[in-house]
Amino acid sequence: MSTMRSERTERLAPSAAGGASVRRMRSLARAELTLLLRSRTALWVALLMPLLMVLATYSALEELDLSEAGLTQGEAVLTGGVGMVLLVVIYLNLVPALVTRREERVLKRLRTGEIADREILMGAALPTVTVAVAQSLVLVVAGTVLLDVSAPGSPALLLAGIGLAVVTLVLLAVVTAGLTRTVDSAQITTTPLLLVCAVGCGIFIPLEIFPESVTWACRMLPLTGSVELIRHGWIGGLDGVEIARAGLFALAWVVIGVFAVRRWFRWDPRQ
Amino acid sequence: METAIEVQGLRRRYAGRGAGGAYEAVRGLDFTVRRGEVFALLGTNGAGKTSTVELLEGLAEPSGGEIRLLGLDPFRERATVRPWIGIMLQEGGLPSELTAAETAGMWAGCTTDARPADEALSLVGLTGRADVRVKQLSGGERRRLDLALALIGRPRVLFLDEPTTGLDPQARRTTWELVRSLRDEGTTIVLTTHYLEEAEALADRLAIMTEGRITVSGTPEEVMAARPSRIRFLLPEGLVPAELPLSLPAGVDGRQVEIRTQDLQSALTELLLWARGRGVALEALDARSASLEEVFLEIAGAQRESGRLAAMVGKGAAA
Repeated sequence: MSTMRSERTERLAPSAAGGASVRRMRSLARAELTLLLRSRTALWVALLMPLLMVLATYSALEELDLSEAGLTQGEAVLTGGVGMVLLVVIYLNLVPALVTRREERVLKRLRTGEIADREILMGAALPTVTVAVAQSLVLVVAGTVLLDVSAPGSPALLLAGIGLAVVTLVLLAVVTAGLTRTVDSAQITTTPLLLVCAVGCGIFIPLEIFPESVTWACRMLPLTGSVELIRHGWIGGLDGVEIARAGLFALAWVVIGVFAVRRWFRWDPRQ
Repeated sequence: METAIEVQGLRRRYAGRGAGGAYEAVRGLDFTVRRGEVFALLGTNGAGKTSTVELLEGLAEPSGGEIRLLGLDPFRERATVRPWIGIMLQEGGLPSELTAAETAGMWAGCTTDARPADEALSLVGLTGRADVRVKQLSGGERRRLDLALALIGRPRVLFLDEPTTGLDPQARRTTWELVRSLRDEGTTIVLTTHYLEEAEALADRLAIMTEGRITVSGTPEEVMAARPSRIRFLLPEGLVPAELPLSLPAGVDGRQVEIRTQDLQSALTELLLWARGRGVALEALDARSASLEEVFLEIAGAQRESGRLAAMVGKGAAA
Protein backbone atom coordinates (compact mmCIF):
# COMPACT_ATOMS: atom_id res chain seq x y z
CA MET A 1 0.00 0.00 0.00
CA SER A 2 2.91 2.34 0.62
CA THR A 3 4.02 2.36 -3.01
CA MET A 4 0.39 2.91 -3.92
CA ARG A 5 0.21 6.03 -1.81
CA SER A 6 3.31 7.63 -3.27
CA GLU A 7 2.22 6.79 -6.80
CA ARG A 8 -1.17 8.19 -6.08
CA THR A 9 0.32 11.43 -4.84
CA GLU A 10 2.28 11.64 -8.07
CA ARG A 11 -0.79 11.09 -10.13
CA LEU A 12 -2.73 13.56 -8.05
CA ALA A 13 -0.22 16.35 -8.05
CA PRO A 14 -1.30 17.80 -11.41
CA SER A 15 -5.02 17.37 -10.80
CA ALA A 16 -4.79 19.10 -7.44
CA ALA A 17 -3.56 22.21 -9.20
CA GLY A 18 -6.00 24.70 -10.69
CA GLY A 19 -4.47 23.97 -14.09
CA ALA A 20 -6.14 20.59 -14.23
CA SER A 21 -9.50 22.10 -13.45
CA VAL A 22 -9.12 24.59 -16.31
CA ARG A 23 -7.96 21.80 -18.63
CA ARG A 24 -11.03 19.71 -17.82
CA MET A 25 -13.42 22.61 -18.38
CA ARG A 26 -11.72 23.55 -21.63
CA SER A 27 -11.97 19.99 -22.86
CA LEU A 28 -15.68 19.82 -22.06
CA ALA A 29 -16.26 23.30 -23.52
CA ARG A 30 -14.61 22.25 -26.79
CA ALA A 31 -16.96 19.26 -27.06
CA GLU A 32 -19.93 21.47 -26.21
CA LEU A 33 -18.89 24.01 -28.85
CA THR A 34 -18.67 21.24 -31.45
CA LEU A 35 -22.19 20.18 -30.51
CA LEU A 36 -23.42 23.78 -30.72
CA LEU A 37 -21.95 24.18 -34.22
CA ARG A 38 -23.64 20.93 -35.32
CA SER A 39 -27.09 21.96 -34.22
CA ARG A 40 -29.01 24.17 -36.63
CA THR A 41 -31.46 25.22 -33.93
CA ALA A 42 -28.74 26.13 -31.47
CA LEU A 43 -26.88 28.15 -34.11
CA TRP A 44 -30.07 30.00 -35.00
CA VAL A 45 -30.74 30.84 -31.36
CA ALA A 46 -27.12 31.79 -30.75
CA LEU A 47 -26.47 33.93 -33.80
CA LEU A 48 -29.55 35.11 -35.70
CA MET A 49 -32.26 35.38 -33.10
CA PRO A 50 -30.58 38.05 -30.97
CA LEU A 51 -29.96 40.20 -34.04
CA LEU A 52 -33.58 39.91 -35.13
CA MET A 53 -34.84 40.73 -31.64
CA VAL A 54 -32.69 43.83 -31.39
CA LEU A 55 -34.04 44.99 -34.75
CA ALA A 56 -37.60 44.23 -33.63
CA THR A 57 -37.10 46.30 -30.48
CA TYR A 58 -35.79 49.16 -32.52
CA SER A 59 -38.92 49.39 -34.62
CA ALA A 60 -41.21 48.78 -31.63
CA LEU A 61 -39.66 51.63 -29.67
CA GLU A 62 -40.46 54.10 -32.43
CA GLU A 63 -44.02 54.02 -31.11
CA LEU A 64 -43.00 54.95 -27.55
CA ASP A 65 -42.24 58.32 -26.08
CA LEU A 66 -38.86 57.86 -24.49
CA SER A 67 -38.29 61.44 -23.38
CA GLU A 68 -39.45 60.59 -19.85
CA ALA A 69 -36.77 57.89 -19.69
CA GLY A 70 -34.19 60.39 -20.84
CA LEU A 71 -33.01 58.05 -23.60
CA THR A 72 -32.79 58.30 -27.35
CA GLN A 73 -34.19 55.42 -29.36
CA GLY A 74 -30.67 54.21 -30.17
CA GLU A 75 -29.60 54.34 -26.54
CA ALA A 76 -32.65 52.45 -25.33
CA VAL A 77 -32.31 49.73 -27.96
CA LEU A 78 -28.59 49.19 -27.62
CA THR A 79 -28.39 49.15 -23.84
CA GLY A 80 -31.44 46.89 -23.64
CA GLY A 81 -30.00 44.96 -26.57
CA VAL A 82 -26.99 43.88 -24.54
CA GLY A 83 -29.33 42.38 -21.94
CA MET A 84 -31.40 40.81 -24.69
CA VAL A 85 -28.41 39.17 -26.37
CA LEU A 86 -27.25 37.73 -23.05
CA LEU A 87 -30.74 36.53 -22.18
CA VAL A 88 -31.51 34.87 -25.50
CA VAL A 89 -28.11 33.38 -26.26
CA ILE A 90 -27.30 32.04 -22.82
CA TYR A 91 -30.68 31.14 -21.43
CA LEU A 92 -32.33 29.75 -24.57
CA ASN A 93 -29.28 27.69 -25.56
CA LEU A 94 -28.16 26.40 -22.22
CA VAL A 95 -31.51 25.05 -20.99
CA PRO A 96 -32.11 22.62 -23.89
CA ALA A 97 -28.40 21.75 -24.05
CA LEU A 98 -28.33 20.71 -20.39
CA VAL A 99 -31.62 18.82 -20.68
CA THR A 100 -30.29 16.94 -23.72
CA ARG A 101 -27.05 16.02 -21.95
CA ARG A 102 -28.98 14.89 -18.90
CA GLU A 103 -31.44 12.75 -20.86
CA GLU A 104 -28.62 11.24 -22.96
CA ARG A 105 -27.01 10.36 -19.61
CA VAL A 106 -23.96 12.38 -20.55
CA LEU A 107 -24.07 14.25 -17.23
CA LYS A 108 -24.28 10.98 -15.35
CA ARG A 109 -21.36 9.62 -17.35
CA LEU A 110 -19.26 12.75 -16.77
CA ARG A 111 -19.85 12.45 -13.03
CA THR A 112 -18.16 9.05 -13.03
CA GLY A 113 -14.92 10.78 -14.03
CA GLU A 114 -12.58 13.22 -12.37
CA ILE A 115 -14.39 16.39 -13.45
CA ALA A 116 -16.20 18.13 -10.57
CA ASP A 117 -19.88 19.04 -10.70
CA ARG A 118 -19.29 22.80 -10.92
CA GLU A 119 -16.69 22.22 -13.64
CA ILE A 120 -19.26 20.28 -15.68
CA LEU A 121 -21.76 23.16 -15.48
CA MET A 122 -19.17 25.84 -16.17
CA GLY A 123 -17.59 23.89 -19.02
CA ALA A 124 -21.00 23.30 -20.61
CA ALA A 125 -21.90 26.99 -20.31
CA LEU A 126 -18.60 28.33 -21.63
CA PRO A 127 -19.32 28.27 -25.40
CA THR A 128 -22.68 30.05 -25.19
CA VAL A 129 -21.35 32.52 -22.63
CA THR A 130 -18.44 33.33 -24.94
CA VAL A 131 -20.74 33.79 -27.93
CA ALA A 132 -23.10 35.99 -25.88
CA VAL A 133 -20.40 38.20 -24.40
CA ALA A 134 -18.73 38.58 -27.80
CA GLN A 135 -22.03 39.70 -29.35
CA SER A 136 -22.61 42.16 -26.49
CA LEU A 137 -19.21 43.71 -27.08
CA VAL A 138 -19.96 43.89 -30.82
CA LEU A 139 -23.15 45.78 -29.94
CA VAL A 140 -21.21 48.24 -27.78
CA VAL A 141 -18.58 48.83 -30.45
CA ALA A 142 -21.11 49.00 -33.29
CA GLY A 143 -23.33 51.38 -31.31
CA THR A 144 -20.43 53.64 -30.50
CA VAL A 145 -18.92 53.66 -33.96
CA LEU A 146 -21.90 53.38 -36.27
CA LEU A 147 -24.84 54.84 -34.34
CA ASP A 148 -25.05 58.08 -32.53
CA VAL A 149 -24.39 56.65 -29.05
CA SER A 150 -21.56 57.80 -26.85
CA ALA A 151 -18.68 55.51 -25.88
CA PRO A 152 -19.22 53.79 -22.50
CA GLY A 153 -18.72 56.32 -19.71
CA SER A 154 -17.88 53.71 -17.12
CA PRO A 155 -16.60 50.53 -18.81
CA ALA A 156 -15.97 48.86 -15.43
CA LEU A 157 -19.64 49.10 -14.44
CA LEU A 158 -20.69 48.03 -17.93
CA LEU A 159 -18.54 44.93 -17.64
CA ALA A 160 -19.69 44.29 -14.07
CA GLY A 161 -23.29 44.42 -15.29
CA ILE A 162 -22.51 42.00 -18.10
CA GLY A 163 -20.69 39.70 -15.67
CA LEU A 164 -23.56 39.66 -13.17
CA ALA A 165 -26.09 39.09 -15.93
CA VAL A 166 -24.04 36.17 -17.30
CA VAL A 167 -23.72 34.47 -13.90
CA THR A 168 -27.41 34.98 -13.09
CA LEU A 169 -28.53 33.66 -16.47
CA VAL A 170 -26.30 30.59 -16.30
CA LEU A 171 -27.63 29.78 -12.82
CA LEU A 172 -31.25 30.31 -13.87
CA ALA A 173 -30.70 28.21 -17.00
CA VAL A 174 -29.35 25.38 -14.83
CA VAL A 175 -32.36 25.63 -12.50
CA THR A 176 -34.79 25.73 -15.42
CA ALA A 177 -33.10 22.68 -16.97
CA GLY A 178 -33.60 20.89 -13.66
CA LEU A 179 -37.32 21.60 -13.82
CA THR A 180 -37.62 20.64 -17.50
CA ARG A 181 -38.61 17.09 -18.36
CA THR A 182 -37.73 16.88 -22.06
CA VAL A 183 -35.97 18.96 -24.68
CA ASP A 184 -39.33 19.73 -26.27
CA SER A 185 -40.80 21.06 -23.05
CA ALA A 186 -37.81 23.42 -22.74
CA GLN A 187 -39.64 25.70 -25.20
CA ILE A 188 -42.39 26.04 -22.61
CA THR A 189 -40.35 26.15 -19.43
CA THR A 190 -38.09 28.91 -20.74
CA THR A 191 -41.01 31.19 -21.67
CA PRO A 192 -41.88 32.65 -18.23
CA LEU A 193 -38.43 34.02 -17.46
CA LEU A 194 -38.01 35.19 -21.04
CA LEU A 195 -41.26 37.20 -20.90
CA VAL A 196 -40.69 38.54 -17.41
CA CYS A 197 -37.19 39.70 -18.26
CA ALA A 198 -38.10 41.12 -21.64
CA VAL A 199 -40.98 43.17 -20.27
CA GLY A 200 -39.97 43.91 -16.70
CA CYS A 201 -36.19 44.11 -16.64
CA GLY A 202 -35.66 47.14 -18.79
CA ILE A 203 -34.65 45.13 -21.83
CA PHE A 204 -37.44 45.93 -24.28
CA ILE A 205 -38.97 48.80 -22.41
CA PRO A 206 -37.06 51.26 -20.21
CA LEU A 207 -38.50 50.98 -16.72
CA GLU A 208 -38.79 54.73 -16.28
CA ILE A 209 -41.86 54.91 -18.47
CA PHE A 210 -43.82 52.74 -15.99
CA PRO A 211 -45.56 54.25 -12.91
CA GLU A 212 -43.25 54.46 -9.91
CA SER A 213 -44.79 51.51 -8.04
CA VAL A 214 -44.44 49.22 -11.05
CA THR A 215 -40.85 50.36 -11.56
CA TRP A 216 -40.07 49.34 -7.99
CA ALA A 217 -41.55 45.90 -8.46
CA CYS A 218 -39.54 45.54 -11.63
CA ARG A 219 -36.32 46.31 -9.80
CA MET A 220 -36.78 43.03 -7.89
CA LEU A 221 -36.73 40.95 -11.07
CA PRO A 222 -33.72 38.78 -11.97
CA LEU A 223 -31.98 40.86 -14.62
CA THR A 224 -33.06 44.42 -13.73
CA GLY A 225 -30.04 45.19 -11.56
CA SER A 226 -27.58 43.95 -14.15
CA VAL A 227 -29.32 45.77 -16.99
CA GLU A 228 -29.34 49.02 -14.96
CA LEU A 229 -25.60 48.64 -14.38
CA ILE A 230 -25.03 47.97 -18.07
CA ARG A 231 -27.10 51.01 -19.05
CA HIS A 232 -25.41 53.26 -16.52
CA GLY A 233 -21.95 51.96 -17.41
CA TRP A 234 -22.61 52.91 -20.99
CA ILE A 235 -24.61 56.13 -20.95
CA GLY A 236 -24.74 57.11 -17.26
CA GLY A 237 -27.85 58.40 -15.47
CA LEU A 238 -27.69 56.75 -12.04
CA ASP A 239 -26.47 58.28 -8.77
CA GLY A 240 -24.34 56.40 -6.24
CA VAL A 241 -27.29 55.06 -4.24
CA GLU A 242 -28.99 53.78 -7.37
CA ILE A 243 -25.80 52.05 -8.52
CA ALA A 244 -25.41 50.36 -5.13
CA ARG A 245 -29.07 49.32 -5.19
CA ALA A 246 -28.77 47.86 -8.69
CA GLY A 247 -25.58 46.00 -7.73
CA LEU A 248 -27.18 44.64 -4.58
CA PHE A 249 -30.27 43.35 -6.38
CA ALA A 250 -28.09 41.75 -9.04
CA LEU A 251 -25.94 40.04 -6.40
CA ALA A 252 -29.05 38.89 -4.54
CA TRP A 253 -30.14 37.04 -7.67
CA VAL A 254 -26.78 35.32 -7.92
CA VAL A 255 -27.21 34.08 -4.35
CA ILE A 256 -30.78 32.98 -5.04
CA GLY A 257 -29.55 31.26 -8.19
CA VAL A 258 -26.91 29.27 -6.32
CA PHE A 259 -29.46 28.04 -3.77
CA ALA A 260 -31.99 27.22 -6.48
CA VAL A 261 -29.40 25.21 -8.43
CA ARG A 262 -28.63 23.15 -5.34
CA ARG A 263 -32.30 22.60 -4.73
CA TRP A 264 -33.63 21.89 -8.21
CA PHE A 265 -30.91 20.76 -10.58
CA ARG A 266 -30.86 17.04 -11.40
CA TRP A 267 -28.04 14.99 -12.86
CA ASP A 268 -29.96 11.80 -13.51
CA PRO A 269 -32.36 11.43 -16.43
CA ARG A 270 -36.02 12.12 -15.73
CA GLN A 271 -37.30 9.78 -18.41
CA MET B 1 -2.39 -10.90 -0.60
CA GLU B 2 -3.23 -7.28 -1.14
CA THR B 3 -6.75 -6.00 -0.92
CA ALA B 4 -8.20 -3.68 -3.54
CA ILE B 5 -11.70 -3.33 -2.16
CA GLU B 6 -13.00 -4.21 1.27
CA VAL B 7 -16.70 -4.08 2.02
CA GLN B 8 -18.26 -4.47 5.46
CA GLY B 9 -21.93 -4.44 6.37
CA LEU B 10 -22.81 -2.48 3.24
CA ARG B 11 -26.39 -1.22 2.97
CA ARG B 12 -28.29 0.99 0.56
CA ARG B 13 -31.79 2.17 1.21
CA TYR B 14 -33.88 4.13 -1.26
CA ALA B 15 -36.31 6.64 0.19
CA GLY B 16 -39.73 5.49 -0.97
CA ARG B 17 -42.51 7.51 -2.48
CA GLY B 18 -45.64 7.41 -0.39
CA ALA B 19 -46.25 5.34 2.70
CA GLY B 20 -44.14 2.22 3.11
CA GLY B 21 -42.40 2.73 -0.23
CA ALA B 22 -38.90 2.77 1.22
CA TYR B 23 -36.85 -0.05 -0.16
CA GLU B 24 -33.56 -1.55 0.88
CA ALA B 25 -31.71 -2.74 -2.23
CA VAL B 26 -28.47 -3.73 -0.51
CA ARG B 27 -28.88 -5.49 2.82
CA GLY B 28 -25.59 -5.99 4.57
CA LEU B 29 -22.81 -7.14 2.24
CA ASP B 30 -19.37 -8.29 3.33
CA PHE B 31 -16.77 -9.16 0.73
CA THR B 32 -13.23 -8.53 -0.37
CA VAL B 33 -11.80 -8.00 -3.83
CA ARG B 34 -8.10 -8.81 -4.09
CA ARG B 35 -5.58 -6.82 -6.08
CA GLY B 36 -5.31 -7.95 -9.66
CA GLU B 37 -8.28 -10.31 -9.74
CA VAL B 38 -11.47 -10.35 -11.73
CA PHE B 39 -14.38 -10.33 -9.31
CA ALA B 40 -17.82 -11.02 -10.77
CA LEU B 41 -21.08 -10.00 -9.16
CA LEU B 42 -24.01 -12.08 -10.38
CA GLY B 43 -27.69 -12.09 -9.62
CA THR B 44 -31.16 -11.89 -11.06
CA ASN B 45 -32.57 -8.55 -12.13
CA GLY B 46 -33.33 -6.52 -9.03
CA ALA B 47 -30.90 -8.47 -6.85
CA GLY B 48 -28.98 -5.27 -6.09
CA LYS B 49 -25.90 -5.66 -8.33
CA THR B 50 -25.94 -2.21 -9.89
CA SER B 51 -26.95 -0.60 -6.59
CA THR B 52 -23.89 -2.23 -5.05
CA VAL B 53 -21.52 -1.30 -7.84
CA GLU B 54 -22.66 2.34 -7.72
CA LEU B 55 -21.66 2.41 -4.05
CA LEU B 56 -18.24 0.90 -4.81
CA GLU B 57 -17.74 3.52 -7.54
CA GLY B 58 -18.56 6.31 -5.09
CA LEU B 59 -21.56 7.49 -7.12
CA ALA B 60 -23.83 7.24 -4.09
CA GLU B 61 -23.39 7.20 -0.34
CA PRO B 62 -24.09 3.94 1.50
CA SER B 63 -26.87 4.15 4.08
CA GLY B 64 -24.84 1.77 6.23
CA GLY B 65 -21.54 -0.09 6.38
CA GLU B 66 -18.15 0.75 5.03
CA ILE B 67 -16.18 0.51 1.78
CA ARG B 68 -12.41 0.87 1.49
CA LEU B 69 -11.19 1.11 -2.09
CA LEU B 70 -7.37 1.20 -2.29
CA GLY B 71 -7.63 2.15 1.37
CA LEU B 72 -9.94 5.11 0.76
CA ASP B 73 -13.63 5.89 1.04
CA PRO B 74 -14.86 6.04 -2.57
CA PHE B 75 -17.69 8.46 -1.81
CA ARG B 76 -16.16 10.89 0.68
CA GLU B 77 -12.70 10.82 -0.87
CA ARG B 78 -13.86 10.53 -4.45
CA ALA B 79 -11.63 13.29 -5.78
CA THR B 80 -8.63 11.23 -4.60
CA VAL B 81 -10.08 7.90 -5.72
CA ARG B 82 -11.34 8.86 -9.18
CA PRO B 83 -7.92 9.11 -10.93
CA TRP B 84 -7.38 5.47 -9.98
CA ILE B 85 -10.60 3.93 -11.17
CA GLY B 86 -12.33 3.44 -14.50
CA ILE B 87 -16.09 3.09 -14.72
CA MET B 88 -18.19 1.61 -17.50
CA LEU B 89 -21.85 2.25 -16.81
CA GLN B 90 -24.63 -0.07 -17.87
CA GLU B 91 -26.09 2.48 -20.23
CA GLY B 92 -24.39 4.85 -22.66
CA GLY B 93 -24.01 8.48 -21.73
CA LEU B 94 -22.23 9.52 -24.89
CA PRO B 95 -23.27 12.68 -26.79
CA SER B 96 -24.85 11.35 -29.98
CA GLU B 97 -23.55 14.12 -32.26
CA LEU B 98 -19.86 13.73 -31.38
CA THR B 99 -17.62 11.28 -33.22
CA ALA B 100 -15.95 8.41 -31.40
CA ALA B 101 -12.60 10.22 -31.54
CA GLU B 102 -14.07 13.50 -30.26
CA THR B 103 -15.77 11.66 -27.41
CA ALA B 104 -12.54 9.92 -26.42
CA GLY B 105 -10.66 13.22 -26.75
CA MET B 106 -13.14 14.98 -24.48
CA TRP B 107 -12.80 12.23 -21.90
CA ALA B 108 -9.02 12.22 -22.12
CA GLY B 109 -9.03 15.99 -21.51
CA CYS B 110 -10.97 15.39 -18.30
CA THR B 111 -8.60 12.65 -17.08
CA THR B 112 -5.25 12.69 -15.28
CA ASP B 113 -2.37 10.88 -17.02
CA ALA B 114 -4.70 9.88 -19.86
CA ARG B 115 -3.95 7.55 -22.73
CA PRO B 116 -4.15 9.36 -26.08
CA ALA B 117 -7.65 9.06 -27.58
CA ASP B 118 -6.45 7.01 -30.57
CA GLU B 119 -4.67 4.53 -28.32
CA ALA B 120 -7.86 4.04 -26.29
CA LEU B 121 -9.87 3.47 -29.46
CA SER B 122 -7.36 0.97 -30.80
CA LEU B 123 -7.50 -1.02 -27.54
CA VAL B 124 -11.16 -1.76 -28.19
CA GLY B 125 -10.76 -2.12 -31.96
CA LEU B 126 -12.58 1.08 -32.93
CA THR B 127 -9.75 2.77 -34.84
CA GLY B 128 -11.57 2.35 -38.13
CA ARG B 129 -14.69 3.99 -36.69
CA ALA B 130 -12.95 6.98 -35.09
CA ASP B 131 -14.65 9.60 -37.27
CA VAL B 132 -18.14 8.13 -37.08
CA ARG B 133 -20.69 9.92 -34.92
CA VAL B 134 -21.87 8.09 -31.83
CA LYS B 135 -25.46 7.98 -33.08
CA GLN B 136 -24.30 6.03 -36.15
CA LEU B 137 -22.35 3.44 -34.17
CA SER B 138 -23.96 0.07 -33.53
CA GLY B 139 -24.96 -0.87 -30.00
CA GLY B 140 -21.90 -3.07 -29.66
CA GLU B 141 -19.59 -0.34 -30.94
CA ARG B 142 -21.02 2.08 -28.39
CA ARG B 143 -20.39 -0.47 -25.68
CA ARG B 144 -16.76 -0.69 -26.81
CA LEU B 145 -16.41 3.09 -26.93
CA ASP B 146 -17.74 3.16 -23.38
CA LEU B 147 -15.08 0.62 -22.43
CA ALA B 148 -12.42 2.75 -24.15
CA LEU B 149 -13.42 5.72 -21.95
CA ALA B 150 -13.19 3.57 -18.82
CA LEU B 151 -9.64 2.58 -19.86
CA ILE B 152 -8.38 6.06 -20.74
CA GLY B 153 -7.10 6.84 -17.23
CA ARG B 154 -5.08 3.59 -16.99
CA PRO B 155 -7.20 2.57 -13.98
CA ARG B 156 -6.00 0.38 -11.12
CA VAL B 157 -9.55 -0.68 -10.45
CA LEU B 158 -11.94 -1.10 -13.35
CA PHE B 159 -15.73 -1.41 -12.97
CA LEU B 160 -17.54 -3.10 -15.83
CA ASP B 161 -21.33 -3.17 -15.61
CA GLU B 162 -22.49 -5.71 -18.20
CA PRO B 163 -19.64 -4.94 -20.60
CA THR B 164 -20.59 -7.34 -23.39
CA THR B 165 -24.34 -6.84 -23.59
CA GLY B 166 -25.20 -6.32 -27.25
CA LEU B 167 -21.83 -7.50 -28.57
CA ASP B 168 -21.61 -10.16 -31.25
CA PRO B 169 -19.73 -13.36 -30.27
CA GLN B 170 -16.54 -12.21 -32.01
CA ALA B 171 -16.49 -8.84 -30.23
CA ARG B 172 -17.32 -10.55 -26.95
CA ARG B 173 -14.27 -12.82 -27.26
CA THR B 174 -12.10 -9.78 -28.05
CA THR B 175 -13.41 -7.98 -24.99
CA TRP B 176 -12.73 -11.07 -22.85
CA GLU B 177 -9.16 -11.15 -24.12
CA LEU B 178 -8.79 -7.46 -23.31
CA VAL B 179 -10.15 -8.00 -19.80
CA ARG B 180 -7.72 -10.89 -19.28
CA SER B 181 -4.74 -8.90 -20.50
CA LEU B 182 -5.70 -5.98 -18.23
CA ARG B 183 -5.92 -8.41 -15.34
CA ASP B 184 -2.52 -9.83 -16.25
CA GLU B 185 -1.10 -6.30 -16.14
CA GLY B 186 -2.36 -6.02 -12.57
CA THR B 187 -5.70 -4.25 -13.01
CA THR B 188 -8.37 -5.21 -10.51
CA ILE B 189 -11.70 -5.72 -12.26
CA VAL B 190 -15.18 -5.75 -10.80
CA LEU B 191 -17.61 -7.20 -13.30
CA THR B 192 -21.35 -7.59 -13.32
CA THR B 193 -22.82 -9.72 -16.05
CA HIS B 194 -25.94 -11.50 -17.18
CA TYR B 195 -23.90 -14.11 -18.99
CA LEU B 196 -22.91 -16.98 -16.72
CA GLU B 197 -20.44 -18.30 -19.28
CA GLU B 198 -18.77 -14.88 -19.11
CA ALA B 199 -18.40 -15.15 -15.34
CA GLU B 200 -17.11 -18.71 -15.68
CA ALA B 201 -14.61 -17.64 -18.34
CA LEU B 202 -13.32 -14.48 -16.65
CA ALA B 203 -13.91 -14.47 -12.92
CA ASP B 204 -11.21 -15.43 -10.46
CA ARG B 205 -13.83 -15.15 -7.76
CA LEU B 206 -17.51 -14.39 -7.82
CA ALA B 207 -20.50 -13.67 -5.62
CA ILE B 208 -24.13 -14.37 -6.38
CA MET B 209 -26.59 -11.84 -4.98
CA THR B 210 -30.21 -12.47 -4.09
CA GLU B 211 -32.52 -9.80 -2.68
CA GLY B 212 -29.70 -7.53 -1.63
CA ARG B 213 -27.59 -10.23 0.02
CA ILE B 214 -24.73 -12.44 -1.10
CA THR B 215 -25.97 -16.03 -1.12
CA VAL B 216 -22.91 -17.76 -2.49
CA SER B 217 -19.34 -16.63 -3.06
CA GLY B 218 -15.90 -18.01 -3.85
CA THR B 219 -13.94 -19.12 -6.88
CA PRO B 220 -16.11 -20.58 -9.64
CA GLU B 221 -14.73 -24.01 -8.70
CA GLU B 222 -15.61 -23.53 -5.03
CA VAL B 223 -19.07 -22.29 -5.85
CA MET B 224 -19.72 -25.25 -8.09
CA ALA B 225 -18.02 -27.75 -5.77
CA ALA B 226 -20.36 -26.81 -2.94
CA ARG B 227 -23.22 -28.11 -5.04
CA PRO B 228 -23.69 -31.86 -5.45
CA SER B 229 -23.00 -33.48 -8.79
CA ARG B 230 -25.89 -35.35 -10.35
CA ILE B 231 -26.38 -38.73 -11.96
CA ARG B 232 -29.60 -39.52 -13.79
CA PHE B 233 -30.85 -42.65 -15.47
CA LEU B 234 -33.98 -44.68 -16.04
CA LEU B 235 -34.63 -47.52 -13.63
CA PRO B 236 -34.06 -50.76 -15.61
CA GLU B 237 -37.22 -52.73 -16.39
CA GLY B 238 -38.06 -55.33 -13.80
CA LEU B 239 -36.10 -53.72 -10.98
CA VAL B 240 -37.48 -51.94 -7.94
CA PRO B 241 -35.72 -48.96 -6.34
CA ALA B 242 -34.81 -51.01 -3.29
CA GLU B 243 -32.41 -53.02 -5.44
CA LEU B 244 -30.27 -49.96 -6.21
CA PRO B 245 -26.87 -49.75 -4.44
CA LEU B 246 -27.70 -48.76 -0.88
CA SER B 247 -24.87 -46.35 -0.26
CA LEU B 248 -26.19 -44.01 -2.94
CA PRO B 249 -29.01 -41.68 -1.89
CA ALA B 250 -31.37 -41.83 -4.81
CA GLY B 251 -34.53 -39.95 -5.60
CA VAL B 252 -36.98 -41.91 -7.71
CA ASP B 253 -39.82 -40.43 -9.71
CA GLY B 254 -41.56 -43.13 -11.72
CA ARG B 255 -38.69 -44.72 -13.61
CA GLN B 256 -36.50 -41.61 -13.41
CA VAL B 257 -33.70 -41.98 -10.86
CA GLU B 258 -31.57 -39.07 -9.70
CA ILE B 259 -28.51 -39.45 -7.48
CA ARG B 260 -26.91 -36.42 -5.91
CA THR B 261 -23.37 -36.77 -4.71
CA GLN B 262 -20.37 -34.75 -3.61
CA ASP B 263 -18.04 -37.41 -5.03
CA LEU B 264 -19.07 -38.02 -8.60
CA GLN B 265 -16.27 -40.38 -9.50
CA SER B 266 -16.79 -42.97 -6.77
CA ALA B 267 -20.59 -42.76 -6.95
CA LEU B 268 -20.46 -43.31 -10.67
CA THR B 269 -17.99 -46.18 -10.32
CA GLU B 270 -20.20 -47.85 -7.76
CA LEU B 271 -23.26 -47.46 -9.93
CA LEU B 272 -21.59 -48.80 -13.07
CA LEU B 273 -20.07 -51.79 -11.25
CA TRP B 274 -23.47 -52.55 -9.81
CA ALA B 275 -25.06 -52.37 -13.25
CA ARG B 276 -22.42 -54.68 -14.75
CA GLY B 277 -22.85 -57.12 -11.85
CA ARG B 278 -26.62 -57.20 -12.39
CA GLY B 279 -26.21 -57.25 -16.15
CA VAL B 280 -28.60 -54.33 -16.69
CA ALA B 281 -28.39 -51.39 -19.06
CA LEU B 282 -28.83 -47.89 -17.64
CA GLU B 283 -30.88 -46.02 -20.19
CA ALA B 284 -30.53 -42.24 -20.58
CA LEU B 285 -27.50 -42.25 -18.29
CA ASP B 286 -26.30 -38.71 -17.61
CA ALA B 287 -23.66 -37.66 -15.08
CA ARG B 288 -22.53 -34.10 -14.60
CA SER B 289 -20.79 -31.74 -12.18
CA ALA B 290 -22.72 -28.72 -11.03
CA SER B 291 -22.33 -25.82 -13.48
CA LEU B 292 -22.45 -22.18 -12.57
CA GLU B 293 -25.68 -21.97 -14.47
CA GLU B 294 -27.16 -24.74 -12.36
CA VAL B 295 -26.09 -23.05 -9.16
CA PHE B 296 -27.56 -19.83 -10.40
CA LEU B 297 -30.85 -21.37 -11.48
CA GLU B 298 -31.14 -23.21 -8.18
CA ILE B 299 -30.74 -19.96 -6.27
CA ALA B 300 -33.13 -18.15 -8.56
CA GLY B 301 -35.58 -21.04 -8.24
CA ALA B 302 -35.43 -20.93 -4.46
CA GLN B 303 -36.06 -17.24 -4.70
CA ARG B 304 -39.09 -17.77 -6.90
CA GLU B 305 -40.47 -20.39 -4.53
CA SER B 306 -40.15 -17.93 -1.70
CA GLY B 307 -42.81 -16.01 -3.56
CA ARG B 308 -40.69 -12.96 -4.14
CA LEU B 309 -39.56 -11.16 -7.22
CA ALA B 310 -38.09 -13.77 -9.51
CA ALA B 311 -37.54 -12.01 -12.78
CA MET B 312 -35.29 -14.52 -14.46
CA VAL B 313 -32.21 -13.37 -16.23
CA GLY B 314 -33.50 -14.28 -19.65
CA LYS B 315 -30.30 -14.32 -21.65
CA GLY B 316 -28.19 -15.69 -18.82
CA ALA B 317 -30.54 -18.58 -18.28
CA ALA B 318 -30.74 -19.37 -21.97
CA ALA B 319 -27.00 -19.13 -22.57
